[in-house]
Amino acid sequence: MPIFIDRRLNPKDKSLGNRQRFLRRAREELKRSIRDQIRTGRIADADAEHAVRMPERGTSEPSFNNARDSGRRQHILPGNRHFSAGDLIPKPGGGGGGASSPGNKASEDDFRFVLSREEVLDLFFEDLELPDMVKLNLKEILAFKPRRAGFAAAGSPTNINVGRTMRNSHGRRIALRRPKQVELDAILEEIASLEEAPSSADARQRIAALREELDRLERRRRRIAYVDPVDIRFNRFDSRPVPNANAVMFCLMDVSGSMGEREKDLAKRFFVLLHLFLKRRYDRIEIVFIRHTHLAQEVDEETFFYNTQSGGTVVSTALEEMHRIIASRYPAHDWNIYAAQASDGDNFAGDSERCISLLNGELMRLCQYFAYVEIIDEREAHIFGSTENGTSLWRAYNAIDQKWPNFQMSRIATPADIYPVFRQLFGRQPASLKRA
Amino acid sequence: MVRQASKSSLLFSGSDWDFKTLSRAYDAIEALAVEELHLDTYPVQMEIISSQQMLDAYSSIGMPLMYRHWSFGKHFLHQDLLYRKGGRGLAYELVINSNPCIVYLMEENTMALQALVTAHAALGHNHFFKNNQLFKQWTDAGAILGYLDFAKGYIVRCEERHGLAAVEAVLDSAHALMDQGVFRYHRPPRLSSERQREGIRERLEYEERSYNDLWRTLPPSQQAANDKGQDPERKKSLNLPEENLLYFLEKNSPVLEPWQREIIRIVRVIAQYFYPQRQTQVMNEGCATFVHYTLMNMLFDRGQISEGAMLEILRNHSNVVFQPAFDDPRFSGINPYALGLDMMQDIQRISTKPTAEDRDWFPDIAGLGNWREVLLDAWAEHRDESFIRQYLSPALIRKWRFFVLGDAADQPHCLVASIHDERGYAKIRATLANSYDLGANRPDIQVVDVDLLGDRHLRLQHKVNDGILLEDASRDATLRHIRRLWGYEVSLAAVDAETGATIHERSTSQTAG
Repeated sequence: MPIFIDRRLNPKDKSLGNRQRFLRRAREELKRSIRDQIRTGRIADADAEHAVRMPERGTSEPSFNNARDSGRRQHILPGNRHFSAGDLIPKPGGGGGGASSPGNKASEDDFRFVLSREEVLDLFFEDLELPDMVKLNLKEILAFKPRRAGFAAAGSPTNINVGRTMRNSHGRRIALRRPKQVELDAILEEIASLEEAPSSADARQRIAALREELDRLERRRRRIAYVDPVDIRFNRFDSRPVPNANAVMFCLMDVSGSMGEREKDLAKRFFVLLHLFLKRRYDRIEIVFIRHTHLAQEVDEETFFYNTQSGGTVVSTALEEMHRIIASRYPAHDWNIYAAQASDGDNFAGDSERCISLLNGELMRLCQYFAYVEIIDEREAHIFGSTENGTSLWRAYNAIDQKWPNFQMSRIATPADIYPVFRQLFGRQPASLKRA
Repeated sequence: MVRQASKSSLLFSGSDWDFKTLSRAYDAIEALAVEELHLDTYPVQMEIISSQQMLDAYSSIGMPLMYRHWSFGKHFLHQDLLYRKGGRGLAYELVINSNPCIVYLMEENTMALQALVTAHAALGHNHFFKNNQLFKQWTDAGAILGYLDFAKGYIVRCEERHGLAAVEAVLDSAHALMDQGVFRYHRPPRLSSERQREGIRERLEYEERSYNDLWRTLPPSQQAANDKGQDPERKKSLNLPEENLLYFLEKNSPVLEPWQREIIRIVRVIAQYFYPQRQTQVMNEGCATFVHYTLMNMLFDRGQISEGAMLEILRNHSNVVFQPAFDDPRFSGINPYALGLDMMQDIQRISTKPTAEDRDWFPDIAGLGNWREVLLDAWAEHRDESFIRQYLSPALIRKWRFFVLGDAADQPHCLVASIHDERGYAKIRATLANSYDLGANRPDIQVVDVDLLGDRHLRLQHKVNDGILLEDASRDATLRHIRRLWGYEVSLAAVDAETGATIHERSTSQTAG
């Protein structure tokens, strides 16, 4: 008889370590393909599984192989139908490897596999230089809060429900006729009174009977416990997701000709990151895309990122459009409003003042948070650094930055500059962000 | 009817299995195998696993324990994808050449399938592993699991000590040379026992501790200086030429640390362990298939398997031995299960009901009726190449309608060289046998010369047979791996095997890396 071993309960994912090694090895290439997917995909899709192509570089396993297109060889094949010795058969495709299929190796590398959400975010976060704490928090799916949900017969001692337990115990004691303390006391009292009285045969007999009764009752009391394990009830808790309020995220972007491919890519990453932050806190997030040149309009995501439009740059039009949309669709008492604006800082002369007044007047009061990023050239980054002066929009927004704590602005030239914009947003306690 | 009367003697009914039924089926099948086929097997250890675990096993080249490496992760993703897309079903079983013989059974299998797999793997493969000369002489079934355990632990310790990247680099390079890391012609030394390995490790550690840089500053001895330029002497002292590149690098590389040598050794031992399996695919699968087919039919004839279960078994059996013709879109080479089974059944036929032609071709076995002994002897003494050369009969060539296609790279046409007729039998048999000769089909690459006292330039030679060259890109990448292990320049000369003329020479300084 053979030995049987049931391995089904052994830990699965024995090859998880190998998978991690493989992903680490192909990291650069995977990062690039995730970045491409995020660049071309929808903002809300960043936070999900992604299928990626098997990277080629760094993961090839070379060995000495015979070249298929050289030399003389003999193939042996089954299933001859009508060939006779001496027949000439033209090669398919002009000089391929005869009947054999072209290169298994190439087809083996040509497949896609799925990266989990965590792996995708890891790759996405990599050059954003997020602090580890933040990464962890973003990857965390939902906050759960324990809620009372009835009673359970098992649990930890800290959760004992005394009321329930005692009620069960009482019921059981009645049902099993556990002798009460009063009964015992009455008998003891009677014995005492009998013993005090002059002894008689009758009394002695009575005492003996009483003692026997007392003994019996006490034994019964010992057998039927006051509180038995079966009585004990625990409070049961269910972890339920914290109900989150709704949030709406406004993406504002200048789409005039001065915003090139690089600028839009940085802007997109900035929007994706804000979306991730918000998604962590709110069940439902809507995204509104407003693009503007000298005119602003609400558009879908595709148009937002890929259509260019010619025209001047009047930033205030976007703010007005946002205000209009808030008024018509997102009443501030129902929605948490977040705004993220990306621009290269150009603005029509004199319009910046109008932006200040719009923001000061109404918008900043409605918004939970307004983040502004100015996308600058990497060369400009040295010149501007953190100086106060800059484009007209920058100077105008500087005034707002001073006045409103929920306004945040930054210049970004590389992906690593994006996170600091959110530092304040993230630093706040979630409780203060949510409306009661 | 006999079968009706013995309904109660069924080994199992229904498709669900439990350990009691598995055990009863195994006992019945084993008894039959010993009695009817005279099989001789290692004790069996059956392990029930889930499909996920089967995929895990696939990715670590079928071994229950394996060190960690990214390439296994890549293979896993590939297998996983194929499986999920439905492109490839999982094997119903996996069997490991060890003592006790480990057989993995999938939990999804029905009881009928488990019985089939038991006969196939636990008896067929098991018998082959235990009795075939290649396995007996070249692998050590008792020691392999212990060795893998040691290998895994050793590599983990190296990773802790020298870092993942350093260990990975050595493994990558060693994996690239796995095909060139086996002794093809002489038997490898036995795996050393645990105690010997302990001793070697201790000695290495002692050498590392007591290393003294001062020794390096000693002037080279007169003797060494004299050796320079004496080619034959030098080659002799290094045992050149050497076909086992990994062995040569492990023993002679001037730059490797002791732990790196040990890692190369691990890869080499594993490559060597699998070498017999790669040479005996047709025989191994044929033996297992023949055994399961014969035993299942015997059980059915004795009324121990119900008709329903037998139908299921036959359906699976015919899937396994399905062989599409060369022009069928499903064709992907010759199915070793089908060829093996057909050849072994053919031996049975020749032995019991020979034709005149068979008597001509196989005078020593035709009509003698001792097919059991002939098969047992073939299973023990042959590998694919010799088995086909010995036993492929004209009847089978006609049944398979084999033909030989000559394919020269410089011709626009393929030439049908031989077909299944009187003139073609011998040629077809030889060609088919040659196509299973691993030694002849893998590129023949040897270390021919190295001047350890001079510039340490390692010279390799590729013997070009029939003008078949190496693929350029993978050759250059592999050469870079050899250079990493050798530490100095490496060059590979392609030399025509017939004329001895050098076709071209490639050196690592040309490959830019």
